[in-house]
Amino acid sequence: MILPLLAGALLLGAPRTIRVAPGTALPTISTALGVAADGDTIRVGPGEYREPELVIARRLTLLGEGWPVLVGGDHQILTVTADDVTIAGFVLREVSPSATDDRAAIKVRDAGRCRIENNTLIDTFFGIYLSRAAGCVVRGNRIRGSGTTEALSGNAIHSWSSNDLRIEGNLVRGHRDGIYLEFTTGAVVRDNTSSGNLRYGLHFMFSNQCEYTDNHFLANGAGVAVMYSHHVLMERNTFAESWGSGAYGVLLKDISDSRLTGNRFDRNSTGLFGEGTNRVEVTGNEFTRNGWGVRIMADAHETAFTGNRFSGNSFDVSSNSANAASRFRGNYWDRYAGYDLDRDGYGDVPFAPVRLFALVVQQNEPALILLRSFFVSLLDLAERVAPVLTPRMMEDPRPLMQWPAVAP
Amino acid sequence: MRGARKILGYQLRDIARNRWVIGYAAILLLLTEALFQLGGDGGRVVLSLLNLVLIFVPLVALSFGTLYLYNAREFIELLLAQPVGRGAMFAGLWGGLALPLSTALLAGVGLPFLFRAGSTTIPARSLLVLLGTGVMLTLTFTAIAFLISLRFEDRARGFGLALLVWLGCAVVYDGLVLLVVTIFSRWPLETPLLVLTLLNPLDLGRVVLLLDFDVAALMGYTGAVFQRFLGTALGLGIAGLALVLWTALPLLLGARRFRRRDF
Repeated sequence: MILPLLAGALLLGAPRTIRVAPGTALPTISTALGVAADGDTIRVGPGEYREPELVIARRLTLLGEGWPVLVGGDHQILTVTADDVTIAGFVLREVSPSATDDRAAIKVRDAGRCRIENNTLIDTFFGIYLSRAAGCVVRGNRIRGSGTTEALSGNAIHSWSSNDLRIEGNLVRGHRDGIYLEFTTGAVVRDNTSSGNLRYGLHFMFSNQCEYTDNHFLANGAGVAVMYSHHVLMERNTFAESWGSGAYGVLLKDISDSRLTGNRFDRNSTGLFGEGTNRVEVTGNEFTRNGWGVRIMADAHETAFTGNRFSGNSFDVSSNSANAASRFRGNYWDRYAGYDLDRDGYGDVPFAPVRLFALVVQQNEPALILLRSFFVSLLDLAERVAPVLTPRMMEDPRPLMQWPAVAP
Repeated sequence: MRGARKILGYQLRDIARNRWVIGYAAILLLLTEALFQLGGDGGRVVLSLLNLVLIFVPLVALSFGTLYLYNAREFIELLLAQPVGRGAMFAGLWGGLALPLSTALLAGVGLPFLFRAGSTTIPARSLLVLLGTGVMLTLTFTAIAFLISLRFEDRARGFGLALLVWLGCAVVYDGLVLLVVTIFSRWPLETPLLVLTLLNPLDLGRVVLLLDFDVAALMGYTGAVFQRFLGTALGLGIAGLALVLWTALPLLLGARRFRRRDF
């Protein structure tokens, strides 16, 4: 009864809408995929669908209506191998972990211009996996894992060797990495919230020309790690609550020609850790209530900190060498006790953000056992009375008097 | 024993009327209340109180303890004429000082938290650790104070020594620890540091308190070693034993001296 209809459609060549619902002539998505042609839309009604791996090899739009539930199991749920595929409005559940195979709820392989929007993914090994994809949009998905070990948990949004992606407004939690990009260029990652992941909220390597704006990364096991990339822009993100001995708000490793602007680093063991960075501008960020606000290693070249706010950190800045080549200028430091006689909004005496104790600790970690002791308070006091004690390794020659900066 | 209780009862009444103890409680109360008023939530107030308790409590216990025993000289001589055992008398004198001071601490720090019970997030465990440490420090340093004032007839020397003991525990000791850490920086220092910490009641109190807060995450490997040690029943037992020893040892020495002393 349906087949003549479809044959007619094929002859006419016009895009058709195919409806799938339990108890009808088309009760499964696999049969619908078998009859659908390029450009068709498959509308899936409410219900639970347990099907073998669904491979979408034609230009199709899959729309869930009334949150149909696709249940996986020992295999991937949806695999996209064609260009211009849209998947929206589904609940995808249960893809079991595998040691040999990166199973995902939705995998896109060698395809362009896909749109994956407004889906809910629960307990899938990998969530959305883009492999050699181009121009794809991943938007408004809610991805929730319940991983307990890194080995048994995949990444919520994973991109490998892809380009020009838009990853927007997703909510991801409980996976190994929230958002993972490798060999990906030209991605825009915006308005996502990534929290409670086992390892990193955001993790990228070898991913150049990418933009990260207005995201929230909260309470991830090890914070955010970005490595081996250049021309990265990070704006107005929040990196918060990464507590733990190996946790960082953001870990920058071998990042060059990049900019961090207007981000908030709050309550992390280390707000920003920089190693091997080149020509990185850190401007207008807030570092508040971290253990270390900034730890910057001596191999960081031409890393410039301007107009940032440092307050309530146990240590504002720390470094491993007196020859650290990072520059600080015009930042606000809550510990600054200088004066501003010419009323230009900047203090007249330089501020040395690396405390003596911070230097001792950097060279001798066990000394941390004296943290918050009266002796260390006295050491701070002594530095204030005799500034000669403060290591002159890094200086802010024009510290801001007020935050936000007040124009004279 | 009855003698000790009688003296203790008299002491308590005497001390309770003492302006200094009341003032001590009032100052603690004001400071704690002020910390709350300055907009701290429970956790941050406890953390701010940490240094107050670690610095202020031993200082008060030491100075008040030595002066107290010097001033009680005539009272002691009067009591010695009565049929009271010297051990009982010593216990009564010490208890009569340590108990009110502990109570003042518990009231001064605890009341502001009690007022806010339920309304703000109060880290009950940390508060208990703080108060427990404070009380232990009071007991320890009053005992040391008694030992000092029994050892030296001269008030000035005794009081000076008490201040020196405080300075040593609160400042110099940590300076030496830092020196050790710097000199032996190439060695695995976690276990020696653990031992060094157990040897100073002030450091022990501070580390136990710090580990109870999330500050522990900053302390990296060293913190982890301490946490693992103090996280076990054995470690906690040893730490507790160290604090008890710090009270018992000066107390026993003091009692011996008190028994043999020719007043």
